[in-house]
Amino acid sequence: MRLNVNGKEVAVNDVDEATPLLWVLRDHLGLVGTKYGCGVAQCGACTVHLNGAPVRSCSIPVSAVAGQQITTIEGLAGKDGKLNAVQAAWIEHDVAQCGYCQAGQIMSATALLKSNPKPTDADIDAAMAGNLCRCGTYTRIRKAIHAAAAKAGEMVSQN
Amino acid sequence: MSVVESSIVSADAYVQEMLRAAEEQASVGKVSRRTFLKVTGLVGGGLVLAFHVGEQGVALAKARTADFAPNAFLRISPQGTITLYSKSPEIGQGIKTAFPMIIAEELDADWAHVKVEQAAINPAVYGRQSAGGSRSIPTSWNQLRTAGAVGRAMLVSAAAKQWNVSEAELTTENSVVFHKASNRKATYASLATAAAALPVPDEKTVKLKSRSEYKLLGKRITGVDNHAIVTGKPLFGIDQVLPGMQYAVFVKCPAVGGKVVEANLEEIRKLPGVTQAFVVNGTGKPTEVMSGVAILARSTWAAFSARQKLQVKWDESTASKDSWAAYVEQAKKLASQSGPDSIRNTGDVDKVFAASKPIEAFYSYPFIAHAPLEPMNTTAVFKDGAIELWSPTQTPEAGLKLVADVLGIAPEKVTLHQTRVGGGFGRRLMNDYMCEAAAIAKQAGVPVKLQWTREDDMHHDFYRVGGFHSFKGGLDPSGKLIAWQDHFITFTQDGQRPTSGGDLSADEFPAQVLPNARLTQTKLPLQIPTGPWRAPRSCSIAFATQSFLHECAVAAKRDHLEFLLEVMGEPRWLQQGNEFALNTGRAAAVIKLAAEKAGWGKPLPKGRGLGLAFHFSHAGHFAEVADVSVDANRKLTIHRIVVAGDVGPIINMSGAENQTEGAVIDGFSAALAQQIDFENGRIKQNNFDSYSLLRIPHAPKVESYFIQSDFTPTGIGEPALPPVAPAIANAIFAATGHRVRSMPFTLEGYSV
Repeated sequence: MRLNVNGKEVAVNDVDEATPLLWVLRDHLGLVGTKYGCGVAQCGACTVHLNGAPVRSCSIPVSAVAGQQITTIEGLAGKDGKLNAVQAAWIEHDVAQCGYCQAGQIMSATALLKSNPKPTDADIDAAMAGNLCRCGTYTRIRKAIHAAAAKAGEMVSQN
Repeated sequence: MSVVESSIVSADAYVQEMLRAAEEQASVGKVSRRTFLKVTGLVGGGLVLAFHVGEQGVALAKARTADFAPNAFLRISPQGTITLYSKSPEIGQGIKTAFPMIIAEELDADWAHVKVEQAAINPAVYGRQSAGGSRSIPTSWNQLRTAGAVGRAMLVSAAAKQWNVSEAELTTENSVVFHKASNRKATYASLATAAAALPVPDEKTVKLKSRSEYKLLGKRITGVDNHAIVTGKPLFGIDQVLPGMQYAVFVKCPAVGGKVVEANLEEIRKLPGVTQAFVVNGTGKPTEVMSGVAILARSTWAAFSARQKLQVKWDESTASKDSWAAYVEQAKKLASQSGPDSIRNTGDVDKVFAASKPIEAFYSYPFIAHAPLEPMNTTAVFKDGAIELWSPTQTPEAGLKLVADVLGIAPEKVTLHQTRVGGGFGRRLMNDYMCEAAAIAKQAGVPVKLQWTREDDMHHDFYRVGGFHSFKGGLDPSGKLIAWQDHFITFTQDGQRPTSGGDLSADEFPAQVLPNARLTQTKLPLQIPTGPWRAPRSCSIAFATQSFLHECAVAAKRDHLEFLLEVMGEPRWLQQGNEFALNTGRAAAVIKLAAEKAGWGKPLPKGRGLGLAFHFSHAGHFAEVADVSVDANRKLTIHRIVVAGDVGPIINMSGAENQTEGAVIDGFSAALAQQIDFENGRIKQNNFDSYSLLRIPHAPKVESYFIQSDFTPTGIGEPALPPVAPAIANAIFAATGHRVRSMPFTLEGYSV
């Protein structure tokens, strides 16, 4: 089976077709930034992008995504290592506590800003409600998303 | 590639012992022999022990021989790298940033250019290595300050010798020593080799900074692992991979105490990807290894899939039959009586209750799970009588010893690597999953990653214990609270002591400050394991006591703020000579501050109210005011929660605010909707669909204010949590006149 992960074509052999994408990323491709939290699409820790849209990789069989564009937390930064606006805002606003859910949070937030560059609080609630944070960093997640939106806006206006 | 280098000049017995241990460890066959240990004894008896992983380790160590490392907490290379070692587990409480900040402050290191590393687990070198009870900061404050100050003193001394000037004429800032009089300066890096040759001064002789001199402490400093977190680097226990590793699941009886009779192992072994399946007898202790079936496979998913086909016949003759519904019935029947155990009996409550009708109420709260987002896991390899583990634990020091006990090997044969921890909340004070991984790795003979499912985590926790309080309160004719009675109905595992997290102190507030108080206790037998949950005891008791205090204020027709301040009384320590005890002056100050910031007393529209609560725990004084609206369907809108706290000087303001916000959200989340229910010893909740955590749309706005008193700084991971539930319950009463006496609030029809 061939997958397109973070812009690269990779071959995945010896994998049962029903295996959730999450475990193929973690166990077969060594991309452990995507996290296991619940296995039933309740917590969002496993969020990745499928053709740019956020999906819960714990509940998608790998056979369903062959040949499609998959992006994981490891693929968000530029080739030069430059972080995207959401990642940078997450550092600046010191969002993480334990940090375990944050890859999933960042994937959901990045997808939100792509489809809606200036989200309201209600937009953020709707887009981020599928991502649990057991440490309760929601206040900072909201702040960081607004900050990333403002930064992204600045960059556009400078161009 | 295992190498032990020593440059002991005059080694004492302690150093010799450390060396022997190091040599033993180095001779043990490690995974690909990647781990190597370097022990360097320094002049003056200082000892540095550092683990380096990777093939470059040896070269690195050789290049580092001229490093300045006066103790195990800091290392300065002549090339300019300043490395600070954080000795305790990072579980989300921010200690991996806060600890090095304390060292850097006294060292006067340039924070922008320090490197922080997780220290090796070696209590002989580092002292206490655990994360629990909000104790990391107060127990390590002096140790870390001194470690930094010793380093700074030696660098200053080296510069003074080099320039032939008095040390008193020198100042330090941002990793540079200055001699202002001659306009000379020298970087710490340039002084490292010279400083390394100096004797380490007596810790008692080094001067520590006063608070007014702090440049770093108290500022907002972002987490040292933030970049690694946002780029998905392998920081956590679950991320560890060993060559040739197999993936394991471990299936235990759904009712604790059950033992494997037989299982369809032959069938399981034939399933795709499965490499081994076997019974583990265990030690029979939930804190170690219970009887169960281990399935090993070539991937996590193969192991998860195989367990779906596993059929185990359990011997449940000694397994738990516990039922929550039955406990509730029992507790209700006991409510009107006193308990058989007397915890406190001061003054004469009966006399007060005879003089005027007491206020009475019955409060209850459920068992709840910790549910940290990273499910339990540990990676382990057992070879030639020794074991090496990578584990997300809160108590590495205890875990290391427990693994040795369970395997029947010497502690020197256990090497434990501390990973970042995907949430603690008290769950990982227990090392059951670590012991299981050790036992499975030994039995399997291959490197193993044990991975619990979320359902395993929900079914095999050490739960926050539920409980019941039957209260009576007594007022004098002026409406002053003068009597307090609590029949506390809790649980016991051994028939003797209350179960972990289920005890009530004789000094539980407010009994200790009232002239008449009677606390009694009934202990119901329980087999389901319990344990500390963020702010143990306080996380549940505060709801009952601070709500009932409000009931007493209402019955006295008095303002809650004024009533609470009167109960607190004159400013004083409640335990003389213990600066980590409740101080009523500090309590009153945070209560007043929270009330002021929340606009206490201002008129609010119908259906909206303010609720106040105070609780002292883990040496922290916290008062909170909730601003809540309730609609006709009991739907709650939390407009904001104002928090005022006193934990002494704040180490990292960003960390402190993050902990406070998180504690409020966690406290509300648990109070609103969390409950672990059980029948016939089996936990009914399975995953986050049946065990509900608060989501972002319902996260309240939190405002934090800190009174930075001059006392020793204390921890902030826990004490902001207990006042949240009673503050919200009191606000619901203020808004509606309805008194919430049960958690979770959903039982009384509330929602968000």
